[in-house]
Amino acid sequence: MKKSDPFIVETQYYTCCDPPDELVLQSGVKFGPITLAYETYGELNPEKSNAILVCHALSGDAHAAGYHEGDTKPGWWDVVIGPGKAIDTDKYFVISSNVIGGCKGSTGPSSVNPDTGKPYGLSFPMVTIDDMVDAQRHLIDHLGIKKLLAVCGGSMGGSQALAWSIRYPDCLQSAIIIATTPCHNAQQIAFNEVARQAIMSDPDWQEGDYYGKTIPARGLAVARMIGHITYMSDQSMEKKFGRKLIGKERLGYDFNQDFQVESYLKYRGDSFVQRFDANSWLYISKSLDYFNLKAEQSLVEVFSKARSSFLIVSFTSDWLYPTYQSKEMVRALKSNDLDVSFIEINSSYGHDAFLVDNKEVSHILSHYLARISKTLNAV
Amino acid sequence: MRLDYRIILDYVSPKSKVLDLGCGDGTLLSLLIREKSCRGTGIELSEESIYKCVEKGISVSHGDLDSGLSDYSDKRFDYIILNESLQQVLNPKKVLIESLRVGKNIIVGIPNFCYWRARLQIFFRGRVPVTSELPYEWYDTPNLRFLSLKDFRYFCQENSITILKEVGLSQNQIISVRPNLFANNGLFLLTK
Repeated sequence: MKKSDPFIVETQYYTCCDPPDELVLQSGVKFGPITLAYETYGELNPEKSNAILVCHALSGDAHAAGYHEGDTKPGWWDVVIGPGKAIDTDKYFVISSNVIGGCKGSTGPSSVNPDTGKPYGLSFPMVTIDDMVDAQRHLIDHLGIKKLLAVCGGSMGGSQALAWSIRYPDCLQSAIIIATTPCHNAQQIAFNEVARQAIMSDPDWQEGDYYGKTIPARGLAVARMIGHITYMSDQSMEKKFGRKLIGKERLGYDFNQDFQVESYLKYRGDSFVQRFDANSWLYISKSLDYFNLKAEQSLVEVFSKARSSFLIVSFTSDWLYPTYQSKEMVRALKSNDLDVSFIEINSSYGHDAFLVDNKEVSHILSHYLARISKTLNAV
Repeated sequence: MRLDYRIILDYVSPKSKVLDLGCGDGTLLSLLIREKSCRGTGIELSEESIYKCVEKGISVSHGDLDSGLSDYSDKRFDYIILNESLQQVLNPKKVLIESLRVGKNIIVGIPNFCYWRARLQIFFRGRVPVTSELPYEWYDTPNLRFLSLKDFRYFCQENSITILKEVGLSQNQIISVRPNLFANNGLFLLTK
């Protein structure tokens, strides 16, 4: 494929876990059927050894790369995935799926409950990161892949990669964990809770029963604004906005918007409402807060189950998932004699650094994957 | 190939597990992996060097040497290499003692601050030495510790560290006569 050709992709759907073979969720609830929206890029080789599963973050979806027919905006990690890019679709078969609980084609609170013919709303069961991964496992089985070359993700995507490495240690050659924590800490839970409260205190939320009615747009927009602040850094906000005013020469001395940063956040909030379901935000943010690899054992004991290689990446300006949390994982992996590479990339973009066009991230990913495929072929 | 690398390759038995502390751009590690079939990993502080290591397909950890060893269990590695890095750590004694815990053998490469040219500069010019091997001014040197080959031998003796092999080097040749005076660098193979 020539570089100039648009990389046109399509979302596909896979349904599994039909009763009586429902997925047993971590909470003990049996749940099914489950539909997963997914996209694939590149070709699976005859040995089925070049598959990479890419996992998305809180607000992501299956559309990680390329363009949907007629769209002007590419997928959320198009800077990294595509022909000739770091995760090179000329070499690798890339799979990206929307998590359960999501709202972009996978079964979630906005999906219709086949038993009632109405959207689940809050009757949707609580799902965890482990549950998301268990559902993905069904998709990977369906695609006939026994061992993934890599499971890769940033933020919540990294949590899923971690869960893969521990739940299905023999199903992956490597785990690529970017801007991730082994356990949501109090501050991370706190931000998520403020975002959830913003949604739940919107009168239009209606205990989650708003489908077909007015959506809790104000609450979800505020939730997104809070989230967005935590994904940036002091430095990146100062550089982007400073105290620049919006459409005026002097302060207004009223409660209309004065600053560019205000209007930017409002824009991000309002546009998010068009593409994301408030209940999905509640469910997925809760799954992140429940994520705790150290719940029952020490991190060293937990990683004793892992078999894959690990690449851990953090960013200097990420104050939401700070480097010390990555280092904690690196230490526990080393204690288990596992192959681990770790780098803290100097970046001013905060937590979202992995999503922006970052030549260091691309460099690390392409070379790391080259090494992992070589080891795999050598075995 | 650099002479110190050649000697280190000679010290290391094939198929060993090696940890290179301060592995730089990973040149030595890739030589050990390629020529001696070693399994190797490194720790390096410089972000730029980390990218070069990853490019070479080496598994490497970003961090400082003073805190990088505590994660490893006893005698995890056959060899720990501290080539031109020991003089740059904050607490060299602790790093060495920790290395001897984690590794069966330690290879240490140090610049010799009592090389004759350095001695002459101190004696005749009354200046802190700046030589081709020690090219830094006092205000920009990464070296935190200044020692001679003799100092290092005394240190080993005092800490009951066995020197298995030792060699002095200068301008890509081995210095066998009075290395503490005529060698720019020293390489030591140690065990405890």
